[in-house]
Amino acid sequence: MHGYAGRILYVDLSTGKTRMEKLNTEYAKKYIGGIGLGMRLWLDNSKQGVDPFSPENPLVLALGPISGTMFPTGGNGHAFVAKSPETFAIGEAVAHGTFGAEMKRAGYDAIILKGKSEKFIYLWIDDDSVQLLDASHLMGMSPSETEETIKEDIGDYYIRVAAIGLAGEKLSRIACIINEKTRAAGRTGLGAVMGAKNLKAIAVRGTQDIVPAKSEEFMDMVQEFHERMKGPATQKYRTLGTPENVLVHNALYCMPTRNYNNAHFEGADKVSGEVLNEKFVVKILGCSSCAMRCEHEVVVPEGPYKGTMTRMEYETLWAMGPYCGIDSLDQIVKGMELANYYGMDAISAGVIAGFAMDCYEKGILTQKEFGGIEANFGNSEALLKLLELMGKREGIGDILAEGVRIAAKKIGKGAEKLAQHIKGLEVTGYDLRCLKTAALGFAVSFRGADHNRHGAYAFDVKGKVDRLKAEKGRGKMVRDMEDNYAVIDSLIICKFSRGTYYKGLVEMAKLYNLVTGFDITAEELKKSGERINTIARLINIREGLGRKDDTLPWKVMNMPIPDEGPVKGAVVTQEELDLLLDDYYESRGWTLEGIPTKVKLFQLGMDSLSNIVEGKQEA
Amino acid sequence: MVKIHERKFVSADPDKCVGCQICEYACSWTKEKAFNPLKSRIRVVRVNQLANMAVTCRRCEDPPCVAACPRDALTQSEETGTVRLDADKCNGCGWCIEACDYGAIMLHPESKVVHVCDLCKDEGEPQCIKWCPEEALTLVTSDVLAQKARISAVKKLFQEAKKK
Repeated sequence: MHGYAGRILYVDLSTGKTRMEKLNTEYAKKYIGGIGLGMRLWLDNSKQGVDPFSPENPLVLALGPISGTMFPTGGNGHAFVAKSPETFAIGEAVAHGTFGAEMKRAGYDAIILKGKSEKFIYLWIDDDSVQLLDASHLMGMSPSETEETIKEDIGDYYIRVAAIGLAGEKLSRIACIINEKTRAAGRTGLGAVMGAKNLKAIAVRGTQDIVPAKSEEFMDMVQEFHERMKGPATQKYRTLGTPENVLVHNALYCMPTRNYNNAHFEGADKVSGEVLNEKFVVKILGCSSCAMRCEHEVVVPEGPYKGTMTRMEYETLWAMGPYCGIDSLDQIVKGMELANYYGMDAISAGVIAGFAMDCYEKGILTQKEFGGIEANFGNSEALLKLLELMGKREGIGDILAEGVRIAAKKIGKGAEKLAQHIKGLEVTGYDLRCLKTAALGFAVSFRGADHNRHGAYAFDVKGKVDRLKAEKGRGKMVRDMEDNYAVIDSLIICKFSRGTYYKGLVEMAKLYNLVTGFDITAEELKKSGERINTIARLINIREGLGRKDDTLPWKVMNMPIPDEGPVKGAVVTQEELDLLLDDYYESRGWTLEGIPTKVKLFQLGMDSLSNIVEGKQEA
Repeated sequence: MVKIHERKFVSADPDKCVGCQICEYACSWTKEKAFNPLKSRIRVVRVNQLANMAVTCRRCEDPPCVAACPRDALTQSEETGTVRLDADKCNGCGWCIEACDYGAIMLHPESKVVHVCDLCKDEGEPQCIKWCPEEALTLVTSDVLAQKARISAVKKLFQEAKKK
């Protein structure tokens, strides 16, 4: 077998027992790997209504078929899948680095973690040997410290570690899983699922060869993509990086500012990608096998935070900067470092801080509840204090660590209207009021508010459509992008490299075939993308979600953009959202309630799952 | 005796190296038709995100690995400085590994004899250099390295002189 290791490892953390199963090749062909295979395996191994923190919520770690090869960006990813403690729907997050390649060399396509260990342990996978080792000395450590300590313990510098920090140990619903200091499986709170299993880290060493099926042609393709990655398709990532978006979004008035009170930030020039690169970026790194480089390592050059080092991307910079009204990069970088230290999704953490500041300014929360902090927008020291409190779950941070939806509910007094989330997951750096294709993409995204399930903002931001208009046709645009992105996250190639696939799915299919020896067409791969989106939908339906959950944050639908400028007054009305949803469901072949029809399931070869939609077709 | 201008080795520029490990894959693929860093003759070290460097055999004068081998399995080529292995004599004892200051000679995970960079003599040029996207790897001699350092030091001096 090529591409796939052919094995799945089951670990029962309650009993400490492990077993190996063969990879179901039908699953591999239908769901590819990564998030697709991960969700399919999660469905098989879970029961309806399972609590995200229950031992019965399996945490699935899945690789793509490309992992472990030399293919640029394709060789290095891994995906986590579980029911999300933030959304109570399917949660998934992908990370890159070197961990995925190591796990493939150890001989696994997926690891399914069930149960709950009596005490905190870490999993040590050394090729075929799997051990549960005591983690008591790792408690309270950051993911980075955990990684260093485990390397010392095992005595091998080259082993790879994915770990949770204090946030995950304390079941913060925004906890993430971090490998190699700066690479996070960030969204949907899967670090807390790991914490709920009393699992501090997964360490792996793999020594086996990875050989693609058609090696000569494969190497030709590698060479071709090395050349492409030096070209215009990746230029943004290699130069300013994603923080380039700060000034672009600000000019378009689509950068949510001060918890969506504005769509434009007057301090953007101070936190731009340009300034970041000029004053803070010291090196741009690449993951294993990557030929493009995107990871902007920044170091604070002077002042009280001098020497603070972290990776910086647009989303996290935006969340801790403009979204909190903060225009000081020193503190934003420090905030990012703190998020990594505690192991929190830095997007969610920043958005929650912005929410807390909004609550403070509106008198919903007072200085007393903040333990004396004056939590006004723009107060960067307040941001850092809030992040620390969230990481440690102390004071107001204990409530905020529940994620913005649950926190708002606990706070009450109208805080719900200030909680900018979809399905419980905090928003990202695109003002949906004036990006209506993106608004649809965000609304229907199976993991909640996120740009990474569809990338539909591109149509709006690049001016391919009238971004203020909700109209028929957007459904198909979102749907096609979703299918494409599902393939990307299941093969696990890096989204930043998507532009180098000049022929899109045709070349992704070629890569897939060269690695695996399969003979799959671009159309079939697209169908797999559709299948993966459909299985996510089926899981969410099983867990009680439906059209009512495909909605937008309160402010997006009730608070028009106030800023003087090109999009003043923009908002998404219920009528517009309904039109967009109807159009999307229709393009997917789902009912108006967003339920896949049995005919559709049959077409996708998913009829064995039609029991999930039984009795829901007419509604 | 190897002449100074013939004793070439692969050197990584730490300012350029980003730790992507493409050199490891290129090496193991060239040598063994497999992707496996353990089979690579060049290894990447990332001390932290800012300190990355690939390391391979430096073709030392009087190489300590050769001197350390109790079975005379290692010899150094007089023409090129390449450290050559007689696999029949090597029993994988690892004294050469202990002797090397650079960790550049390693035990092969399957054959259990040591392996070391031979500059891809069968391919005509080191494949790690060919593949490195950062152009961080170069084939140099000690003399060229010293020249480069001198030139950049002098350039810097004159730039600073101009500023004043």
